[in-house]
Amino acid sequence: MKHKIRFTINREVKEIEVEPNKTLLKMLREDLDLIGAKEGCGAGECGACTVLVNNKPVNSCLMLAVEVDGKEILTIEGLSDGTSLDPVQESFLKHNAIQCGYCTPGMVMSAKALLNRNPHPTEEDVKEALAGNLCRCTGYQRIVDAVLDAARKEGKK
Amino acid sequence: MLKYVGKSEKRVDGIKKVTGYVRYTDDLKLSGTLYARIKKSPYPHAKILRIDVSKAKKLPGVKAIISGKDVPIRVGLYLEDKTFLAIDKVRFIGEPVAAVAAESEEIAEEAVSLIEVDYEELPAIFSPLEGIKPDAPIIHEDLGSYKHASIILPQSGTNISNHYKIRKGDVEKGFKEADFVFENEFYVPHIQHSAIENHCAIARTDPEGKITVWAGCQSPYAVRRTLAVAFDMPLNKIRVISLAIGGGFGAKAGTTLEGIVIPLAQQSNYRPVKLSFSREDVFTNTFIRQGMHARIKTGVTKDGRIIAEENKFYWDGGAYTEYGVNIARAGGYASTGPYNIPNVKADSICVYTNHPVGGPYRGFGMSEIHFAIEQNLDIVAYKIGMDPAEFRRRNALKDGSSTVTGQVLENVGLMQCLDKVIEDIEWDKKEKRVSKIKYRGKGIACMYKAPSMPNNVGSSAIVKINEDGTVNLLVTAMDLGQGSDTVLTQIAAEVLTVPISRISIMTGDTDCTPYEWQTVASRTTYCCGNSVKRAAEDAKNQMLRLASLKFGISKEGLELKDGQIISKIFPDKKVKIADLAMGLTMPDGSGIHGPIIGRGAFIPPDVKDTDKETGQGDKPVAYWTFGVQAAEVEVDIETGEVKVLKIAAAYDAGKAINPELVYAQIEGGIVQGLGSALFEEMKIEKGKVLNPSFVDYKIPTAGDVPEMKISIIENPEPTGPWGARGIAEPCMVPTAPAIANAVFDAIGCRINSLPITAEKVLKAIKNK
Repeated sequence: MKHKIRFTINREVKEIEVEPNKTLLKMLREDLDLIGAKEGCGAGECGACTVLVNNKPVNSCLMLAVEVDGKEILTIEGLSDGTSLDPVQESFLKHNAIQCGYCTPGMVMSAKALLNRNPHPTEEDVKEALAGNLCRCTGYQRIVDAVLDAARKEGKK
Repeated sequence: MLKYVGKSEKRVDGIKKVTGYVRYTDDLKLSGTLYARIKKSPYPHAKILRIDVSKAKKLPGVKAIISGKDVPIRVGLYLEDKTFLAIDKVRFIGEPVAAVAAESEEIAEEAVSLIEVDYEELPAIFSPLEGIKPDAPIIHEDLGSYKHASIILPQSGTNISNHYKIRKGDVEKGFKEADFVFENEFYVPHIQHSAIENHCAIARTDPEGKITVWAGCQSPYAVRRTLAVAFDMPLNKIRVISLAIGGGFGAKAGTTLEGIVIPLAQQSNYRPVKLSFSREDVFTNTFIRQGMHARIKTGVTKDGRIIAEENKFYWDGGAYTEYGVNIARAGGYASTGPYNIPNVKADSICVYTNHPVGGPYRGFGMSEIHFAIEQNLDIVAYKIGMDPAEFRRRNALKDGSSTVTGQVLENVGLMQCLDKVIEDIEWDKKEKRVSKIKYRGKGIACMYKAPSMPNNVGSSAIVKINEDGTVNLLVTAMDLGQGSDTVLTQIAAEVLTVPISRISIMTGDTDCTPYEWQTVASRTTYCCGNSVKRAAEDAKNQMLRLASLKFGISKEGLELKDGQIISKIFPDKKVKIADLAMGLTMPDGSGIHGPIIGRGAFIPPDVKDTDKETGQGDKPVAYWTFGVQAAEVEVDIETGEVKVLKIAAAYDAGKAINPELVYAQIEGGIVQGLGSALFEEMKIEKGKVLNPSFVDYKIPTAGDVPEMKISIIENPEPTGPWGARGIAEPCMVPTAPAIANAVFDAIGCRINSLPITAEKVLKAIKNK
């Protein structure tokens, strides 16, 4: 039996019916055509599916869609407003913190969540916040630098 | 003055990636899609007695079922030894035996569970050292009849699918003349590429009999050719489209899923069939890095010159070695590492085992052999009482030295790399004991690597000049993250004097983009880069000819500058690219020539086969890339834990077309190398992979990153575009041996096998 759920996603209210065993990741990708969150392992080990639920980073492959009823979701698609990029995205571009791009949406969302809760992180804070997001290409240093730089820029505003 | 080449231009694909907009194969939605699942072998080696699909067929929602007999033709890149589904027998746990396409993933899974297969188990082989024994069970009985490339030498009636020999000088005489002779053994286990994107493929047929395949593949043309052989189809009837690739490192260089979705699609009435691998499937059913046993015997003089070396490399090729055979070849023609040794006997042997399929992995054998070579060098240096860096200096390949194949080298940047790294790691400053339990050490390792590919494989590029003077660049070199889209665009921009933002690159569609052999071997900047340069020059020359007609000035009196062709003498005589893009309009209103399309093609010049018995040859490879890394580590002698504090690296890139992208490659390579050094190992017991997940198979995370000090050296490669040579794979090659050597420097113990776990370190300290 499908459940009717209502939530806010990328600042828009949505109401849909989902199967009780459907993951948030599947709902995003299959029902809402939001393909920025990726499946890298399906078991919460790689972080490629990271989105924000009520401002906290979650592995959407581990969360059931029914659990987001009444909650607020932000995905990579909602991070920029379509005309300008979020400072974290800008900073990833500036620092060349991207290679294949598959981990990038999850990485950016984890970084965003960190800066929301801690606008002035240390390098160690960043490394800890990103420890659940695997990247096989970059060697991470540029990603860490990008997040620290984004924090500095935001702090100056 | 270069305007775009040599500049750290921002990635052309950056914005699509940072917004999550870029599409990978799994993101593609096609209406009517069916979902495929595979029935896998539970045995490492067994005869298939019976496959019964009758129950699965009756399940509602099942559209197609196939087994090995539906795809009977053997295929392979260098040795045609594999079928996409097992026929008559299975050779590894997880090997596809049958496959199903159904309305949903759930139905497909249920259908697979309803397929019944009876097996008769056969004795299996789990080590190449077992596999080469004369009485070993034979894994491929028909090896003698398999087709193969001329550079590969399989041995019929054995498990040896390739044996590359080096016979240079007189090794016995060399050992006799040596003051010391040492023998050492090393082992490198299987690891997995662990790109974050899992493999995925979709196929669809159409009423004209054409098959379209979407897959994240490094080499769309090589995939198309393999599929054409497997399905006995003309090449124009297969279209391979590669969307974005979420990391490759070699794992997406060949064919796997493509050959399974096609026969399913052929039975599915023009509906697309999609197969997505899980992370577990990627560990067990795609390429893994081959395991390797190394034995090295070294003859050295008192003054620290290596005068003889005898090397044996035994590669654990796994169940099929269609690609792996060439890794053994690479291990052979590079068998001593980047050192000048007059007498060499080397045997690099690829052996079938009942392990998952070994294949290309960043480094293509070089990481494995250098782990052995570079530790061996350290051991020898230590035993003769010489500083390991000095020992390397004395034996390093230099201008005029000859390699193991007898190739005489020029433009060797190894010594510059060595000097830079020694400076950056502060080799002479050694602070050994920082506390009672924390010991520090420094280690160094050199490397070289050449693109391992057939001698005569080609690249091509098309440059289309649009009506407004903007440019479309078409190639089939794939950007796996390394940044080739950006680098190739920079090359076109430089020749055409058109800004990066006015060039769009398209890749990866065999119906639209021109031929590229493969995106492997760190060959793209060099091979495809040369073809892009030639295509842009071709377009430029066409426009120069037209401008020459227009102005009545010889071509030589004109130049292309900032998007216009201008007379060198009369600067008022000029015409914009846009005004020539569709041809030249004559004063009477007529037109000539038509649209400007530049074409460029490239094959590395003069690369030739080596002698089958001695491995000797003047130019077996297009070029060599040299690099050096040094590591500083801290070992906790109570826990055995190794922490890498710093890595210094220097590579001779020839010319860094985009320096930031070169730095990014080296950083990524170092961290990948660090993972292989300290924790990565596929635990395989009796053919079964015990750790096929990121919980049990750890790869580095942000917290593992050491301080990195990286330098780019530039000795131009004469045949490369602006002197560029490949850099991406060499970046991880020396990391593991540099760390191993640093661990020895810290605690005085050798860890001769990877990974260097806390357990091994503690045991070594205890046994000291």
